[in-house]
Amino acid sequence: MPDTLPTNSVGVVVPQIAQFDTPLTLSCGQTLSSYQLVYETYGELNQQASNAILICHALSGDHHAAGYHDMSDKKPGWWDSAIGPGKAIDTNLFFVVSLNNLGGCCGSTGPTSINPETNQIWGAHFPIVTVEDWVESQARLADQLGIQTFAAIVGGSLGGMQVLEWSIRFPDRLKAAAIIASAPKLSTQNIAFNEVARQSIRRDPEFHDGNYLDQKTVPTNGLGLARMLGHITYLSDDAMGTKFGRQMRHDAYQYNYGIEFEVESYLRYQGEAFTKRFDANTYMLMTKALDYFDPAAQTNGDLAAVLSRAQCEFLLVSFTTDWRFAPERSEEIVNALVKAGKHVSYAKIEAAEGHDAFLFPIPRYMNALSSFLTRVAKRLTTEVK
Amino acid sequence: MRSDLEMIDEWIQPNTRVLDLGCGPGELLQHLIGNKQVHGYGLEIDPDNLNICIEKGIPVLEQNIDEGLHNFEDQSFDLVVMTHALQQFRRPDLLLDEMLRIGKECIITFPNFGHWRNRIHLGLKGRMPVSDFLPYNWYDTPNIHFCTFHDFERLCHEKNIKILRWAAVDGQLKDHWWIRSMPNIFSETAVFHVSR
Repeated sequence: MPDTLPTNSVGVVVPQIAQFDTPLTLSCGQTLSSYQLVYETYGELNQQASNAILICHALSGDHHAAGYHDMSDKKPGWWDSAIGPGKAIDTNLFFVVSLNNLGGCCGSTGPTSINPETNQIWGAHFPIVTVEDWVESQARLADQLGIQTFAAIVGGSLGGMQVLEWSIRFPDRLKAAAIIASAPKLSTQNIAFNEVARQSIRRDPEFHDGNYLDQKTVPTNGLGLARMLGHITYLSDDAMGTKFGRQMRHDAYQYNYGIEFEVESYLRYQGEAFTKRFDANTYMLMTKALDYFDPAAQTNGDLAAVLSRAQCEFLLVSFTTDWRFAPERSEEIVNALVKAGKHVSYAKIEAAEGHDAFLFPIPRYMNALSSFLTRVAKRLTTEVK
Repeated sequence: MRSDLEMIDEWIQPNTRVLDLGCGPGELLQHLIGNKQVHGYGLEIDPDNLNICIEKGIPVLEQNIDEGLHNFEDQSFDLVVMTHALQQFRRPDLLLDEMLRIGKECIITFPNFGHWRNRIHLGLKGRMPVSDFLPYNWYDTPNIHFCTFHDFERLCHEKNIKILRWAAVDGQLKDHWWIRSMPNIFSETAVFHVSR
């Protein structure tokens, strides 16, 4: 954290816990009798409770989207570039809610929590949750916060899938939806990547069928490997090439399997750092949630038919070098929305960063999001009058 | 609103589905959505224009028309509009086919290259015309497929496209009897309303 807070930072934030004692029946058929969601808020909720924006996080995200927890934090929240006073998601105008999803490992009930029925760590016994379950639990959080209708719901990647699900499941509970670098369902290739990630975790001898915490161990090798693989797919070939090229640690080849190329060092570092902050069971269930998401399955594969329920205005954003969630995948959603006659705008942003671009403050991208939300804010003020 | 847009506005029915190819900052769509309850989408590639449309709440899609319109279904719009852009595309003839595949009707406006001032410029000076209306040099112009009023008429006949109505107007978009009598010489902007 810098010595002084930047003026466009939301500042030091304190996470809060919401307790839910109404049982939640999940897509898999299991019921959670009670659970907690950890969340943060930025900005002020207005009197009509009409200016709330919900942020939905991606695979490895959490509730800490903006600001700092502590003056000693090195980095702000994961989407600090977009959330704050005067930023694209302007906390002078909006009350921003960001939560850690159910099944997460950052404070919400998940595999690392205690199962109240057994007083044991959930571990592998924590049920697999889906995007639908998340949206259901997010709606309950909104109820608890007194928010009937969100001014907007925003998310990238897996977060974008949650936004899409919101527009279908609770069409009257959001006015606007921003879906960034996302897809209406995973491609076969994406499911295949997820399976390799899961297998690398499951085949780690320290995995112990998911009950590693009982054994006081963690499958760091498997989780690290999964993250390394994921990381490659989040970057573009060009972005990696520009960043590392064939840069080497030594002047000459070493003819061994130690770290020689800088990219090897980078990936190992990323993999290892991830194992210190993330739970392997959570990673596995999040990838399953990605695999399962397919709202058009309800309407025999007709995405336009299922989206005909939506009532909000949509903004779709994609990035040219994103091959994990390529522009064509966003365009599937756009085309279905046009077919269904919905209000939709779409921006395809030139960016070198690959899928990760959605986390960067790329000017054109931030301008499009800002323009969209400026319009949302204007509608709020005219509706009050 | 631009005066050529004002004119075609009169030709557009309320409560219809309209696709505006190259919608710019969305003047026409904003008017149609606000006053005629038209259900409209614009296609645009200029980032500034896209943002202006998004902020105004006009549905706008970033799409390069030269790369095709195959994502739009047959006859999925009542009207496809293209104002002052046809001459900028690689294959205006194929684009016209696509527009009539997607839309039941089309309205197209384009600068008439047969205008007498262009003829004088080319005929007497022997150089490509540059004017306030067409302010580009031959090497940097986005207008790569100029045509005249008659050229477009002929293309429609060759393709069996019905011309429902047309207008021929001057630089101020005024309609005069002498322009109507010799549109190929006197009109600066040609406006065609066509269907299959």
